[in-house]
Amino acid sequence: MLPQRYIETLVGLFLLFAILALTVLAFKVSGLTNLFPAKTYLVTAEFDEIGGLKVRSAVKIGGVQVGEVSKIALDPVTYRAVVTLAIDDRYNDIPDDSSAGIFTSGLLGDNYIAITPMYNKTFLKNGSQIEMTRSAMVLEKLIGQFLYKIGNSGNDSNANSNANSNEKGDKHANQ
Amino acid sequence: MMNQLVWLGQSGIENLRQLGKTGLLLFHVVFSPPHWRKNFPLVVQQVYAEGVLSLLIIIVSSLFIGMVLALQGYHTLAKFGASQQLGPLVALSVARELGPVVTAILFAGRAGSAVTAEIGLMKATEQLSSMEMMAVDPLRRVISPRFWGGFISMPLLTMIFNMTAIYGAYLVGVKWLGVDGGVFWSNMQSSVEFHADIVNGILKSMVFGVAVIWIAVAQGYFAVPTAAGIASATTRSVVYASLTVLGLDFVLTAMMIGEW
Repeated sequence: MLPQRYIETLVGLFLLFAILALTVLAFKVSGLTNLFPAKTYLVTAEFDEIGGLKVRSAVKIGGVQVGEVSKIALDPVTYRAVVTLAIDDRYNDIPDDSSAGIFTSGLLGDNYIAITPMYNKTFLKNGSQIEMTRSAMVLEKLIGQFLYKIGNSGNDSNANSNANSNEKGDKHANQ
Repeated sequence: MMNQLVWLGQSGIENLRQLGKTGLLLFHVVFSPPHWRKNFPLVVQQVYAEGVLSLLIIIVSSLFIGMVLALQGYHTLAKFGASQQLGPLVALSVARELGPVVTAILFAGRAGSAVTAEIGLMKATEQLSSMEMMAVDPLRRVISPRFWGGFISMPLLTMIFNMTAIYGAYLVGVKWLGVDGGVFWSNMQSSVEFHADIVNGILKSMVFGVAVIWIAVAQGYFAVPTAAGIASATTRSVVYASLTVLGLDFVLTAMMIGEW
């Protein structure tokens, strides 16, 4: 049997090695910068269509991340999506008439919310609502509309008589 | 017909009895007031026997698992032109699943079987009974340190497994296959969450640690005290522990993904 002191030294080294591993996992692998979540304030925004937005999606101003989506719910009366944004306390000077839109990073990337600041002198605070919103562009819908238009313009050349119905179709597609 | 019914009832009662006995054993080990000052050296010895001595197999296997994961993942991802996603692929699969599960199975084979055989032999040679004769509680002196040693070792081994597996993937992906190092790490950092992925993986490994070492200790303690009894107890210890780990893994993953 090995002497107790030797065993204790080896166990100590083992513990140190494991703690080192955890540190590497925390900082190098998961890119942890702050151990405790930063203080945030909550702002809501209503959208007609949120596309692929998820909880924890980024909230950005000018491409800089200022917060994340903390909750997504459906308004039972208006059937609009109510998105709650948790914005970092450091950014407490966002004008309250700013607008929020849902964009896609890259062609097929994740959705994120971009806030475009306006000029009011009063700022967003906990519980306030962003009134001006722009819905997500859903790629499938756009493609659907595009195909619909192509189909109609093909009909257009060979038959003038159903121009009336084409107009209707275009209107429908543009909605 | 009647005989089969009797047999069914008998085996049901017997199984329940075994389960109850092992449950009581766990209860005693966890809740019997531990003499920390007296038992601490014993626990340290067991951390050495179960943890430090398992390091070699954990490090070697994790290095190769990380390397082969990177190799396989790179060629599949390259088909879609997404080879820069190699880092997230490896890190997420290792931190969430492979790390805890493979460590637990290796731990059951390396440390659990040894614990079962040791306790079983102690029982067969009546060392446990003679301890009782000397008014030394074998639960406190033999079983409890082994349990706590395994419980402490498992999460530590998992952390080391995760780190070396990701390093192995780095070696293959970046040094050999030529994925850019900065892209490898930054994509990994942007998609791996500390709380959701790494902490949950370590929580899993703690649960697996309890399951594996509990099964090992109970199989040893209730082994039939003969050579054949110890052999079958050791086999059962490894088989039951591996199956329990795989089953628990599904349950835990379902709990963790379902907003836990």
